[in-house]
Amino acid sequence: MRPESEEDLSHVIRSAREPLTPIGGGTRLRPGEGQGERLNVSGLTGITLYEPAALTLVVRAGTRLSEVREALAAEGQMLAFEPDLRPNSTMGGIVAANASGPRRVQAGACRDALLGLRYVDGQGEVIQNGGRVMKNVTGYDLVKLMAGSRGQLGVLTELSFKTAPIPPCAATLALPGLDAASAVAALTLALTGPYDVSGAAWLPGQGALIRVEGLEGSVAIRGQALSERLARFGEVAMAEADPWSRMVPTAAEGDLWRIICRPSEAPGLLAALPQPLALDWGGSLIWVAMPPGEAPSLPAWSGHASRVTGAAPLTLPAPNPVVQRLNASLRERFDPRGIFASGSSCRPILQKSS
Amino acid sequence: MLMPDPDPRILARREAIAARLRAVVPSAVIDDPAETRAYECDALSAYRCPPLAVVLPATTEEVAAVLRVCHEEGVPVVPRGAGTSLAGGSMPTADAVVVGLARMNGVIETNLDDRFIRVQAGRTNLSVSGVVDGAGFFYAPDPSSQLACAIGGNIGMNSGGAHCLKYGVTTNNLLGVTLVLMDGSVVELGGPMGEAPGLDLLGVVCGSEGQLGIVTEATLRILPKPAGARPVLVAFDASETAGACVAAIIRAGVLPVAIEFMDRPCIRATEEFAHAGYPDCEALLIIEVEGTPPEIDEQLRLIRAIAERFDPIEFRESRSEDESRRIWLGRKSAFGAMGQINDYMCLDGTIPVSTLPQVLAGIARLSGEYGLDVANVFHAGDGNMHPLILYNANTPGDLERCEALGAEILKLCVEVGGCLTGEHGVGVEKRELMTTQFSQTDLEAQMRVKDVFDPGWLLNAAKVFPLAVSAPRREGIRNAA
Repeated sequence: MRPESEEDLSHVIRSAREPLTPIGGGTRLRPGEGQGERLNVSGLTGITLYEPAALTLVVRAGTRLSEVREALAAEGQMLAFEPDLRPNSTMGGIVAANASGPRRVQAGACRDALLGLRYVDGQGEVIQNGGRVMKNVTGYDLVKLMAGSRGQLGVLTELSFKTAPIPPCAATLALPGLDAASAVAALTLALTGPYDVSGAAWLPGQGALIRVEGLEGSVAIRGQALSERLARFGEVAMAEADPWSRMVPTAAEGDLWRIICRPSEAPGLLAALPQPLALDWGGSLIWVAMPPGEAPSLPAWSGHASRVTGAAPLTLPAPNPVVQRLNASLRERFDPRGIFASGSSCRPILQKSS
Repeated sequence: MLMPDPDPRILARREAIAARLRAVVPSAVIDDPAETRAYECDALSAYRCPPLAVVLPATTEEVAAVLRVCHEEGVPVVPRGAGTSLAGGSMPTADAVVVGLARMNGVIETNLDDRFIRVQAGRTNLSVSGVVDGAGFFYAPDPSSQLACAIGGNIGMNSGGAHCLKYGVTTNNLLGVTLVLMDGSVVELGGPMGEAPGLDLLGVVCGSEGQLGIVTEATLRILPKPAGARPVLVAFDASETAGACVAAIIRAGVLPVAIEFMDRPCIRATEEFAHAGYPDCEALLIIEVEGTPPEIDEQLRLIRAIAERFDPIEFRESRSEDESRRIWLGRKSAFGAMGQINDYMCLDGTIPVSTLPQVLAGIARLSGEYGLDVANVFHAGDGNMHPLILYNANTPGDLERCEALGAEILKLCVEVGGCLTGEHGVGVEKRELMTTQFSQTDLEAQMRVKDVFDPGWLLNAAKVFPLAVSAPRREGIRNAA
């Protein structure tokens, strides 16, 4: 099914008798998702409004990220949250996954750039929330609730974003001598000083990576100051190629896991894990491959870990029962007939971290 | 202001309810009518109603115990931070228990390496920055009332401030909360990076105006302070030109941390009050940039080049701490100054910045029609207007005329693609205007969220939604009781 308009979509949902899985480009599905009949949203396309002087973009949810990037670049702008580019990736899919890249440490996540949206709920009702202005506290913020809801509450049809100017200049410092655990201290130093860092990551073979962006003179000043402060961690070099578009790794073997933690907790977690595939967000995000079906055995920490590829969904530690009840009740209110099959990340998960 | 009639069954049980509350928080219950008057209103002081009782708990456990009692008794609850809401967000009804967070003002954890601070929700906004200032950090959202307003209230209203253009509003700087639900259950929402598995419950709680639960603790993102900051003042002979200059600066890819706008009536009033030495002009912009001195110079060179295309009357660049302070002085005294010369009502509708000239012209026209002066001071970079409507509270009918003009201005904001409120919240003040921005279906979707968190509609229930729209839920509960 590939509706061409919001009305078509609403009709499809109203008349559905079996579970549906809303799909954009289908590039960000997780284990357990995509089991209903595919409801392809990629027919709802097009930029409906773009005002560069107001930093505002409104697009239909099926519009491809590549098209949006091109339109913005033509005006010297970008999506500051830097979603990773995957072939066929749509804006609806990006919002449904709250997909956010390295610049999150400076500019926030997808949900922070999302100003408003329209969606069709499980009863086929068309609902709008938020708007197209940067400050808006009128009514409940369903925009945040829908961002990252993975198609469980409704099908996104139109999205408005805050855009940002592309910085005229960027520089990436590399500390190639650091392993993942020791990189965290260097990233923390960069993020806790007045350097306005827009990327703080670690990649195997490349070491710690720190990006500053802005006007040319400013980038030179901050780059220099950072190099001096970071010298105590070893060699500091300018990174040659731009590493920032490759921060979401794939697991060549095994299941890909995504772990969220406080940076100060990262070294302890890394000690209990195989060599990671990447660190991002100053060490708050760890990407690691685990043998198929195996869960990492981690010391208690304040974040969570989820399996991103593999056979079965799993999130550690098990969510709090009250939070689970709130999640389940919200799904029931937005989709009382249980039409949206997508996702099991909110379903009670009984396995516990050992 | 129409509020639901108090439930006579609750009023009749005042003493019994107070006694039950005292049993769980012995020294923190106020029910003497002479003392509950202190809680009869917030900063929307035109509307007052003393509550049934006030409770000032000291811990999350006490808040939970109080809510459990109110839940069992079917008593409405109104959460209150510092009572600085301009929208009536913490205005009580006669049958409601006010749960005030004033005693919960402690710091729980400061973690500079992980860039967060965890505080009790009654702590004032400015004193959060105060804790980490010495270490070179700050908490970014800076509402004008930041000296007095509480973090819990900031979260309830998703408060903004002058520096949102770069740093965002409360929701963009909130990493987690402890939330007490109306049935007394306690949940932790959020986590590192503000993320938790499942739905973004933290995101929908922020800005829910105390209708989903009571926030007792909050984890806030703190940021390293920039090396320095410097404002410039640019004066123009027409408001439209100032508006066009704002658009040109943003379009050029320069993103100052703040762009503030003041028009002539506002400039005149603040000059008389604060003597900031502002130029004689129709409109002025205060633009602030951050960084080391050479970085600031680099940005200001660009901004000057853009501004000069609009023939400014003056481009005043600060060359010292004292000059910076004087440039901000008038803007920061604007509300106080207006309060000296008149009663005023402050709106905060937000508009797409491209519609600024159109909206300013529309406000001037409406101001003439209603015969009330309007002064404009606002966050121009993000389109968050703050028209101040001047009226005289002692003139019969003036307040009503002022409110009617306010409603027309907000409808204009919605018509051009904006919204009713950018940072103050809906509260009771803009409740009845919600249908100009939302369809019944849109409001129904929002109310379903409240159904989940507060099925009995006891928490701050007569706010946000038009009374007639929320009535079946509020009254259905009562009749079933």
